[in-house]
Amino acid sequence: MTQDNAFISFRNVNKFFGKYQAIDDVSLDISHGEFFSLLGSSGCGKTTLLRMLAGFEAVSSGEIYIDGQPMSGVPPHHRPVNMVFQNYAIFPHLNVRDNIAYGLRKQKLSRAKRNDMVDDMLELIKLPEYGDHKATQLSGGQRQRIALARALILKPKVLLLDEPLGALDKQLREQMQLELRALQKTVGITFVFVTHDQEEALTLSDRIAVMSEGRYLQVDTPTGLYENPVSREVASFIGTMNFFDGTVTSIKDGNAVIKVDGLGEVSAPVGTMPLMAGNTVTVAIRPEKFLLTDDKPDGLQYSVKGQLNNAAYLGERSHYYVSIEGVSQPTAVSTQNRGRTKEIEAQNRPVWLSWDSAAIVVLKDV
Amino acid sequence: MMLQKSETLRAYSLLSPTLIIMAIGILVPFGILIVMSFWTQVGFGFDMTPTVANYEMATERPIYGALLKRSLWMSGMATVTTVLLCYPMAYFVAFHVHRNKMLWIVLMTLPFWTSYLLRVFAWKVVLGYDGVINSALMNIGLIEKPLEFLLYSQAAVIITLAHAWAAFAILPMYVSLEKIDRSLLEAATDLGDGPVMRFLRITLPLSLPGVMSATLLIFIPTTGDYITPALLGGPDGVMIGNLIQKQFGAVNNWPMGATLAIILMLSIAMITLVFLFATNFVRKRIS
Ligand SMILES: Nc1ncnc2c1ncn2[C@@H]1O[C@H](COP(=O)(O)OP(=O)(O)O)[C@@H](O)[C@H]1O
Ligand SMILES: [Mg+2]
Repeated sequence: MTQDNAFISFRNVNKFFGKYQAIDDVSLDISHGEFFSLLGSSGCGKTTLLRMLAGFEAVSSGEIYIDGQPMSGVPPHHRPVNMVFQNYAIFPHLNVRDNIAYGLRKQKLSRAKRNDMVDDMLELIKLPEYGDHKATQLSGGQRQRIALARALILKPKVLLLDEPLGALDKQLREQMQLELRALQKTVGITFVFVTHDQEEALTLSDRIAVMSEGRYLQVDTPTGLYENPVSREVASFIGTMNFFDGTVTSIKDGNAVIKVDGLGEVSAPVGTMPLMAGNTVTVAIRPEKFLLTDDKPDGLQYSVKGQLNNAAYLGERSHYYVSIEGVSQPTAVSTQNRGRTKEIEAQNRPVWLSWDSAAIVVLKDV
Repeated sequence: MMLQKSETLRAYSLLSPTLIIMAIGILVPFGILIVMSFWTQVGFGFDMTPTVANYEMATERPIYGALLKRSLWMSGMATVTTVLLCYPMAYFVAFHVHRNKMLWIVLMTLPFWTSYLLRVFAWKVVLGYDGVINSALMNIGLIEKPLEFLLYSQAAVIITLAHAWAAFAILPMYVSLEKIDRSLLEAATDLGDGPVMRFLRITLPLSLPGVMSATLLIFIPTTGDYITPALLGGPDGVMIGNLIQKQFGAVNNWPMGATLAIILMLSIAMITLVFLFATNFVRKRIS
């Protein structure tokens, strides 16, 4: 991401609560119209980062720019951002219509114009009949939409969303994810979205920052994060990952030959990673990149023999755990159940695991 | 069906001690008051033939109406003063005190811990001819002789009532302010409101129930008060309560006292109803 098309920039932002450092030297660029997610477990500083963007918390040091303007000293009500709060913060003494129109007061619009805008919003969030309902008589999903409409009607440059789907049940949540994504495309506003749910982040985002302990570990597209994690922490946070220990034996043209405990010698792309022969590395392979067979297959680069310990049938896919000699943890394997799948056969039988070079991710940390 | 019936029964049996006390303590005296207001005082006894003569006299003789109006006015002033002074205090504790909130509340309600009479006398000391305020003002040379209007005036009664009933105003207003979800305030700020607009559009309407309870809690009992005006009011500060008390004492006209008490009660009830309707209306208009 280059500096010129950055719409939101964090520059060396730190945040201290007393002695506790909640945000640790974060520099981050978000471009215009992007659906950007902050992903991380609870307490890693996602909300703090978002609240600093909104202006509810001051930065301890560093600077935040929105559309080129430094935000230090700009109070929340003068920032070109609006927020959807985690609990939605719907005003209980106002009806739906007045909740949505709340922020329009400053614009001194005629009553008719204002009503039209609210009607458009009600249409957009698919609650056209609900204008006169009391805000307290609504379901979680409806409140969530009103919180969205209330922010969007002001046409902010940036919409901030703090775990807005966290309080909804699974089905509604998945539906709202789709709607949210479609809505963001329609209105074309930059969304900064906070979540601790990796699946949600992958579904919605253009890019994701994976956060841990006040800093981010990696910023990338969902595919980039899943296929090319830069560290064990990211790799294990997004989806499931098998880790193997290895030692580099030689490097040539961005490819390393690595001797992996239990798997033997493999060759894998390492790009520009600063590696030398003799370095210890982690070799990571996703469960679905393995081929699981009873007999040794032809065609794939690498195979290893193992013992099937455990299997679970999950409908569209099945999960297996295979123990390989020389590897301490059982290796997770997942297969798509195409065609008519038979009952999983007796466990504790010998099986073969096969994969090729492209399945391997080399991580520097061990 | 059976279950429902027995549940209702149980609820009533739980309530029954309270109900009995209420019946004996409130309804019976009230009944006596009503009946008595239709009697006539004859020397030291009563003529029990029902008559509305007392009510006629109460409406015809201007002194009663004037005193009633003055009582409502003074207690209204005391109520407004108390609520206006206590709202900021409750607001401060609810929003700006983060530790030991309860301690602050207890300290603010401290005046309420001493006896009512003691508080009234304390104000007498403060406001009196040789009192704290006058001595201080004379010492620093701002005035040459004591200000007489401080004590034995409507102002003295209003000040004392406001102070004495502060606890009743602070508590309900504090509770309703404390209950306000802080994210609502942040949301209002986020949507463009500065501190003043945010207060007017969110904090105030959401704390209105507390303000209303405080208003009623103070207005209703202070209208009929007779101790404070008797001790601090002087001739200008006499209230209807003093008159009622006199009917049962020196004047010895119990039926007239009963009549005045009932008229006072009806007036308070009417004003309360109007107030409730008005606030409801205003609240609807705001939203
Ligand atoms: N106002 C505050 N005062 C003190 N510590 C805080 C405050 N807000 C957040 N923290 C701390 O900062 C850390 C990050 O919090 P937060 O940003 O809310 O995490 P997340 O949203 O990722 O769960 C947490 O350890 C939290 O306890
Ligand atoms: Mg959070």
